[in-house]
Amino acid sequence: MTIADITHPSPAEPSLFVRGIRQVRKVPFSVAFGIAWLAAMVLIAFFADLLRPYGITAMDLRARLSLPGNPPHLLGTDELGRDVLSRLLQSIRVSLAIAFGATIISAVLGTTLGFAAAKFRGAVEHLVLVLADFQAALPFLVMSLAVLAFFGSSMPLLIGLMGFYGWERYARIARGLAISASAQGYAAAVVQLGATPLRVYLHHILPNVASTLIVSMTLTFPEIILMESGLSFLGLGVQPPETSLGNMVGFGRDYLTRAPWIMLAPAIVIMVTTLSISLVGDWLRDKLDPTLR
Amino acid sequence: MLRFFLIRILRALVTILAVLTFAFVVLRMSGDPAQVMLGPDVPQESVDAFRHAWGLDQPLWIQYISYLKAIFTGDFGVSMRDKASALQLVIDRIPATLELTIPALLLKLVIGIPAGVYAALHRQSAVDRGVILAAIFGFTIPSFVMGLLLVLIFSIILGLLPSGGQDTWQHAILPILTMSIGGIGILARFSRSAMIEVMGQPYIRTASAKGMNWADVVWRHALPNAAVPIVTIVGFMVGSLIAGAVVVESIFSWPGIGRLLVVSVSNRDLAVVQCILLVIAAAMVVSNLIVDLMYGWLDPRLRSHSAH
Repeated sequence: MTIADITHPSPAEPSLFVRGIRQVRKVPFSVAFGIAWLAAMVLIAFFADLLRPYGITAMDLRARLSLPGNPPHLLGTDELGRDVLSRLLQSIRVSLAIAFGATIISAVLGTTLGFAAAKFRGAVEHLVLVLADFQAALPFLVMSLAVLAFFGSSMPLLIGLMGFYGWERYARIARGLAISASAQGYAAAVVQLGATPLRVYLHHILPNVASTLIVSMTLTFPEIILMESGLSFLGLGVQPPETSLGNMVGFGRDYLTRAPWIMLAPAIVIMVTTLSISLVGDWLRDKLDPTLR
Repeated sequence: MLRFFLIRILRALVTILAVLTFAFVVLRMSGDPAQVMLGPDVPQESVDAFRHAWGLDQPLWIQYISYLKAIFTGDFGVSMRDKASALQLVIDRIPATLELTIPALLLKLVIGIPAGVYAALHRQSAVDRGVILAAIFGFTIPSFVMGLLLVLIFSIILGLLPSGGQDTWQHAILPILTMSIGGIGILARFSRSAMIEVMGQPYIRTASAKGMNWADVVWRHALPNAAVPIVTIVGFMVGSLIAGAVVVESIFSWPGIGRLLVVSVSNRDLAVVQCILLVIAAAMVVSNLIVDLMYGWLDPRLRSHSAH
């Protein structure tokens, strides 16, 4: 606030509605686009069954590899005459569901371990830090490939595995923040009032560090989408007949010369989605967490 | 100083041990190796004999000790498909992978860091905007999409470059491009923010205020201080020299470690997978260790805070 603002107090506060409009108009175009795209993706994920014109395994053998833009198959068909648009909608649902589930698992796991390290210190803290070192030492893609080699791929395993993605970041952040928070007055005060450690951490420390953790989630989410797509692209993630974005790119690769649209449609969705998340995430970071700027 | 080095080395060893343990636990959890190796229709006596021969009837901790012993004597087991030493198979593939990853790393360093530093010194210039844009693409375009787009443009539409294989040097161009484009953007963005942060420090203002030559300010005061965060990310890139090509090698049918890993995973060739896992983790741990030791050299302040 400048001196001018203080000496000339502003007239009556604008109504909530007007302020809301002003807030919306301040959002840059790229962020608005990102939010709109992500909203569309979430809607598609929820209503894929209603939106898709054909079943994902329904074959139209007379219209194999048909070009995009024609009325019955707007995005064309693949080598078996399956509708690319329908498969794309279902893939968006599967990829987003995996990424969403995995982000939640990873955030909960990492934050819990980080808080445990901060609470117990000593041996527990060393154990968590060694596990974090281990995770950082092994590229995640390589670790996932090893686990899939040993256990074979299945949907629950895939989500569980992706749930380990990035936990060490939450753990480090949560540990650091919890240690500094417990040195502050409010945490000491509720401990003096007789609150259990669980209550101190869940009701008092967690809300105070949540914004930083949410920012980390916006960073992990697109990375999980890319990781799952990569695994599925290699044929080791989501298994047919189920389909995911990486899966579609992987199959489209064999028809790159004759039918590039099979691969381009999911590739564009992956790129625009991860781009939108980073744009919105960057913007959220500036809003929520000035220390990270 | 000695304490700093010792703690770092100890942590590196513990990490390697953690990776070994991970491989052991996952291997044992995934089922009885006797059943996996012999198949379901084998009489019980053969299974028992197999288990006895490989020590699988021993308690788990004895198995764990003998597993560690085998690893430390360089015995990584035998590939189930080729009956060749797993370690030898892996070592044979390393040069092919390095042929891609080392040029890609050099491209990232030679283009990425100067572009980032230039962008930081010339905010809002065309280079600055280009760096930000390239970094965004680096983060959002997965390598398999980038690789296929390059194949589509340069091999299929323009017909300039081969799309797969390892016969001539032209075959390496597209894989190296695929690996470096995103990395250049990421490294440039990283160098840019490291440099911007350093340029805002009081000692830079002091150096300029006392009339020091601008080039000297940048070279002697700003760059050495920006080096610490840049070294971190470069260390990570060096550590992933061996692992960094899994997807790209698969796209371009390049016979390196990454392709071997994907093929071995599909065949469930566990000895080879385990061996690759250890080689990759060792590369990563060693390069992290070197980075940590370089911090001590680049930034004397870090030596005193040895624990973190």
